[in-house]
Amino acid sequence: MPLLCSICKDKRALLKRPKTGTPVCKDCFYWAFECEIHHTIQTANLFKRGEKVAIGASGGKDSTVLAYVLKTLNERYDYGLNLFLLSIDEGITGYRDDSLETVKRNQQQYDLPLKVLSYQDLYGWSMDAIVKQIGRKNNCTFCGVFRRQALDRGAMSLGVDKIATGHNADDVAETIIMNILRGDIARLQRCTAIITGDDPSGIPRVKPFKYTYEKEIVAYAYFKKLDYFSTECIYAPNAYRGHARAYLKDLEAIRSSTIIDIIHSGEMMSVKEGVKMPVQTKCKKCGYISSNEFCKACVLLEGLNKGLPRLGVGKTSKVNQQLKQVNDSKSCECQNKSTKCCLNNVPKTAPSSCPNRSKNCENHDAKFDSPSVKDNQMDKTTKICLTNSEIL
Amino acid sequence: MALTVILEFLGGAEFLFGHVKHHTVSIEKGENKLNISQLLMWIKENLLQERLELFMQGCTVRPGILVLVNDVDWSLLGELTYEIEENDRITFISTLHGG
Ligand SMILES: [Zn+2]
Ligand SMILES: [Zn+2]
Ligand SMILES: [Zn+2]
Repeated sequence: MPLLCSICKDKRALLKRPKTGTPVCKDCFYWAFECEIHHTIQTANLFKRGEKVAIGASGGKDSTVLAYVLKTLNERYDYGLNLFLLSIDEGITGYRDDSLETVKRNQQQYDLPLKVLSYQDLYGWSMDAIVKQIGRKNNCTFCGVFRRQALDRGAMSLGVDKIATGHNADDVAETIIMNILRGDIARLQRCTAIITGDDPSGIPRVKPFKYTYEKEIVAYAYFKKLDYFSTECIYAPNAYRGHARAYLKDLEAIRSSTIIDIIHSGEMMSVKEGVKMPVQTKCKKCGYISSNEFCKACVLLEGLNKGLPRLGVGKTSKVNQQLKQVNDSKSCECQNKSTKCCLNNVPKTAPSSCPNRSKNCENHDAKFDSPSVKDNQMDKTTKICLTNSEIL
Repeated sequence: MALTVILEFLGGAEFLFGHVKHHTVSIEKGENKLNISQLLMWIKENLLQERLELFMQGCTVRPGILVLVNDVDWSLLGELTYEIEENDRITFISTLHGG
C-alpha cells in the first residue's frame, strides 16, 4: 500500500520533507516549497516593488532553482521585480564553459535577461593570467577574495538594487558552525542575517532560501527537470567545510530539526558589549566595504599590477602595513629564509618551527597545509578552488 | 536468478562512476530477495570507481545523497530494507555538489 500525502490525503507521497518528516505528493511538495519561500520573502521584506534584482547565477542547483522560483513567484504574486541573471566568468579556460552554457539555457528556459561579467571586466585580470603570474599554490586566496567581491562589483556597475543568492539552510547552518569553530564573530553575525550589506556603501544581498533545505532544492530540481550543472566534488572530506558539512549531516540523521536549530541558535547569539569588533569602513580605492584602508581585492590587484603578486596573500591588516613597507624594503620578514618561507607564502616544506607554518588557506583551510593531503586531490581537474563558500 | 535494475547517479554522484549517469545492470541474486543494503554492497564491489568515502559511510549511503526508488524517496520505503523488484529504477542524487 503506497503511503498517501499528508497534505491532500489523496495522492501518493513521494518525498519525506526533511523539515517536518511528513510525506507529501509531488504537487503538494511544489506548492509547500514555493509557499514557504514566498512567506520568507514577505515576512523578511526582502524586496520592494520596482527593484532591479540580480540573481547570482552559477548554473549550479541552488541558483538555478532560485531563478526558476523567483521568476514563478514574481509572476504569481506580482512582486513587480525586474529580475535578471548575473554570472561571473573567472576567465579559466574550460572551467566555466559548461556552467555558462547552463546559465545561457536557463536564460532561454526562464525567459530572464542574462549578464555575464568577466574578471577581466571587473579586475583587469583573468584567473588564467593570475595563475600564470603567481603559480597555482596561492591562487586560492585570489579566487576566494575576487569571487567574494565579484557579484557586488558587477551589481554596482549595473545599477542593481539587490543581489539574490542561492544560499540555503544547510549552507547557512554549516557557515554558522564554521564561524563558531573559528571564533569569527563578525562573520557569525553576518552569516545569519537574511539581508546583508544593507548600508549606504553596499548593495544588499538577500537569501530567499535561508530556510530552505538542500534536499528539497535538489528534489525540486529533479522532479521539475530543471537544468543544472554539478561541479566536481567540492566537499572532499578533508576540507574544513567538508567536515562541517559531514558533521551536520550526521547530526541531522539523528535529529531532523538540526539545521533549523543551528540557524536559530546562530540568530539568537549576540555579541557581548565591550567585545572588540572589526570596524567596517569603505575601501579608499574602490569603495567596497572593508575593515582596512584598502580592501583585500585592491591590495591583491596592487600586487599583481606592481609585479609583486605575493602581496596580500595573508592577513589584510598585516598586508596594509606591508604595503607601506614595500617601497622601503623587499626582504622577507620571516626568519626561515632558507626555506623560502615568508609571511605571505608558506610552502608545505616550511619547518615546524616556522611561525607561519599553521597558517591555513583562508578559503580551504587545512587543505593546502596539511601534509597528508596531496596536491592533486584539489588541483587535478580544476585550476582553482571550486567553492560555493562565497561569503554568506 | 538475475534481477535487472536501472541505476542512476546524478547531481555530481556520477563523477564516482566514470561520469556515467545511467547504468542498466543485471544482478545475480539466486533464490533470495535483494534489498538496497545488498545492492549497495554490489555497487561498491562492481560499479564504484573511486573514492568510496564520497558515496558510502559505514554500510549506508553518505548522508547528503538523496535516494529515490522509481522517483519515490527511499525514506518512505524503508531505506536499506526496501526489497528491489525487477526493473526498479534507483536514483542517487548528490546534494553536496556546487551550489
Ligand atoms: Zn498532496
Ligand atoms: Zn580556494
Ligand atoms: Zn578596494
